[in-house]
Amino acid sequence: MSCLTGKSFNPVMNRRSVIAGVAGLGAVGILAGCSGNESEGGSTAAADDGSAFKIGAIGPLTGSAASYGTSVCNGVELACKDFSTDDLKFVSKSEDDVADGEKSVNAFNSLADWGMQALVGPTTTGASLAVAEVANQDPQMFMITPSASSPDVTADKTCVFQACFNDPNQGANAATKLAEMFPDEKFVVFYNSGDTYSSGIRDAFVAKAEELKLNIVDEETFKDDSATSFTNQLTKAKDAGATMIFAPIYYTPASVLLANANEMGYDVKMMGCDGMDGILGVEGFDTSLAEGLYLMTPFSADEEKNADFVAAYKDAYDEVPDQFAADAYDAVHAVSLALAEAGLGADADPADVAAKLPEAMTKITVEGLTGTLTWNDKGEVEKDPMVYVIKDGKYVAA
Amino acid sequence: MFKFLQNKKTRSDFLTYALVILAFIVVSFLKDAGMIPRMIAGQLVPICAYIVMAISLNLVVGVAGDLSLGHAGFMSVGAYSGIVAAMSLSEAIPNDTVRLVIALIVGAACAALAGFLIGIPVLRLSGDYLAIVTLAFGEIIKEVVTCLIVGVDERGLHVLFNLTGKLTVDNLGLSETGVAIIKGAQGASGTDMISTLFAGFVLVMVALVIVLNLVRSRTGRAILAVRDNRIAAESVGISTTKYRMIAFVVSAALAGAAGALFGNSFSQLSATKFDFNMSILILVFVVLGGLGNMRGSIIAATILTILPEALRQFSDYRMLVYAIVLILVMIGTNNDSLKNLVARVIPKRKTSEEEVSADA
Repeated sequence: MSCLTGKSFNPVMNRRSVIAGVAGLGAVGILAGCSGNESEGGSTAAADDGSAFKIGAIGPLTGSAASYGTSVCNGVELACKDFSTDDLKFVSKSEDDVADGEKSVNAFNSLADWGMQALVGPTTTGASLAVAEVANQDPQMFMITPSASSPDVTADKTCVFQACFNDPNQGANAATKLAEMFPDEKFVVFYNSGDTYSSGIRDAFVAKAEELKLNIVDEETFKDDSATSFTNQLTKAKDAGATMIFAPIYYTPASVLLANANEMGYDVKMMGCDGMDGILGVEGFDTSLAEGLYLMTPFSADEEKNADFVAAYKDAYDEVPDQFAADAYDAVHAVSLALAEAGLGADADPADVAAKLPEAMTKITVEGLTGTLTWNDKGEVEKDPMVYVIKDGKYVAA
Repeated sequence: MFKFLQNKKTRSDFLTYALVILAFIVVSFLKDAGMIPRMIAGQLVPICAYIVMAISLNLVVGVAGDLSLGHAGFMSVGAYSGIVAAMSLSEAIPNDTVRLVIALIVGAACAALAGFLIGIPVLRLSGDYLAIVTLAFGEIIKEVVTCLIVGVDERGLHVLFNLTGKLTVDNLGLSETGVAIIKGAQGASGTDMISTLFAGFVLVMVALVIVLNLVRSRTGRAILAVRDNRIAAESVGISTTKYRMIAFVVSAALAGAAGALFGNSFSQLSATKFDFNMSILILVFVVLGGLGNMRGSIIAATILTILPEALRQFSDYRMLVYAIVLILVMIGTNNDSLKNLVARVIPKRKTSEEEVSADA
C-alpha cells in the first residue's frame, strides 16, 4: 500500500503519498511566507559584561512589514551607541516578530531571558497590544513602543509608553494645525474606512474640527480593495466645492489620489498624516505631483537639525532614516534620561526599572529628533505636531 | 489488577497517557523551581493548544483518512467564540478557571456546529477535492471573522456583521461601561489572559482520551474500515458519510477547544493568524509525528513549536535551519537501514511504522 517504503515502485498516487506531498509543499509555503522568521540584530554597542544597561528591540525584520522593523531596530542600535556614556553604557538586542502577536510575545520572553531591562518596541500595533499585556504583568517590564499608534496599547497599563502620537491625538492635532494654517479653506475628509489607523484619525479629526469650526463640506471613503481609482470620490468632492483634502491614508493610495486629481484637472490642496511619509518613494509615481503636499509627520531627514543623525545612520546602514528610526532613537533617548532622573544604573533590576521609570518618564523632557517630547501619566506622548510641505522633492517645514 | 494492560493497544494508550502526565509533572515542577527559561515558559500554553490541534487533525487525516487543509478555520471559530464567552462573562463569573472552562466548552460547541455544517457538503467529496474544499472553507471562515464586530455591555452582547466595511466599533452602540471584544480586521484585543498550563494539560488529556477511545471503539473500527476500503465498508452496510462525519465533527470540536485555549492566552489575536500556513503547520505536526500515531503528534507538535524559537541564534537563517531539520527528520524516520539499526539495538521494540499499521 505504501509507496514511501521504497520496496515497491507504484506510480499510482495513494492517500499517504498525497498527504505527505501536500504537507511537504505546504512546509515550503510556510517557509516562503515566513522566510526567515527570526533575526537577531546582535548589536552590541558595548562589551556584554553586565556593566551595560540592556535594551531590547522588537519588530518585523522579515515579512511584508520588514522595512518598519528594520528601521526601528537600527534606530535603537544607533541610539544605544550615541547615548552610552562612561557611567552608563547601553547595549541592544533585536528580535524578529514578523508583526505577529504570538511571535512577538516569544521574542519578548526570549529578550527577557537575555536580561533585557527595558524594551523599545514592538513596532506594529497588533504585536504591541499582545506584548504590552505581558509586559504589564508580574514581573513587570518597562516598555516604550516607538510606533504602535493605537490608544489601547497604553490604556490601563502602568509601565507602557508610546513615543509616537496615538491615532486620536494625531487627528485632533491635524485639525488644530489646519485651523491655524488654513482657516478659510473648504475641506473634504478622505479616508480608508476599513483601516483602524485611517478611521481612528478621521473620527478625532472630525470631532475636533467641529469644535474649531472648520468648514468640512464632504467626506469620502474607500476600502483597500477599491483603492485603484478615486475619480468618483474626487468628482463628488469637487462638486461640493472642496478646496482642500485632508487624507489620513497611507502613501500608496495617496499617490493614486494625487494622480487622479491631476488627471481631472482638479486643483486642490492636500494634507496627510505620518502614513503618507514615503510617498516620494512610490514606484512609478510622478513625484512632481506631490509638490505642495502637506504632511504631518514627526520627522524629516532633510532638516538641518537632524543632519548629524541622518549622516550617522547612512554611515551605519546605507539608508536614509525614516520616522520609525527617528521615533526609536528618541525612545532610547527618553529611556536614558528617565534612568538618570530615577537614579538607576546599569545593574538595575528589570522590575525595579518598571516600577520607577514610569514616574520619571512624566518628569523628563526630551529634545529629540521628532520634536520636544514629554509624557503624561497615561503613557501618551505630548509633542508639537510638525507639518512639512514637499518642495523640490524635499520635506520643508511649513 | 492490571489485567487490561495485557492488551497491546491498551498498553500503548496508557503509555501515552502516562508520558503526558509525566511531562506535565516534570514541566510544572521545573517551572515552579524557575528552571525553565522564560522563552519556553511563555510558550507552554500555546504548545498545549498545538498538541490538541495535532491530535484532532490526526483523527481526520490519520484515522479517517480525509485530507483536511482548513483546520485552522475551526481553531479560529473556537478561539473567537471562546474569547467572546470569556470576556462577556467576566462580570458575571469572576472566577478565571470557571470562565476558562465555559470558554473551552463554548469554543468546542461552536466549532463542532461549524464542522457539522461544513461537513454536510464537504464530506460528499474525497481525496484531492476534499482537500481543496476544506482549504476554501478555512479561508472563508477567516474572512467571515474579519467582518465581525462584537462588544458587550450590561444590556448584553452586541454583534455587527461588517459586510460593507463602513461599520466601526462605535456602531455597536455600547454603553459607557461596554467593552469591545472583537474589532473587525483588528481582531480581538484586550482579552484577559486566563489560560493556564494546567488547563492546557487537562485539555490535552481530554482530547487524548476522547480520540484514543473513539479509535478503539466500534465506531472507530468503522471509521478505519471506511478509510481502508470505502467500497468494502459500504458493502457490509457501514454508512461512510456518517462515520466520516463523526470523525470530522469530533475533530472540529477539539480544534475549537484548542482555539479557545489559544485565544485566551494572548491579549491580542487577529483573524489572519489562522490562515493557510497555520493549517499546514498543524498538518506538518501530524505527518511528522506519523499518521494515526497520537503520541507522535504530541511530540512533533512540541518540538516543532519550540524549534523555531530555539533557533533564534541562527538569526536570518533560522527558517532555513528549521527546514533542513524537517527534511532530515522526514528522511531519517523513513530510512530502512536506520530502522533496522534501531531494531537491532532494541530488538523487541516496534518501529513507529509498524505501530501506525497496528493502529490501522
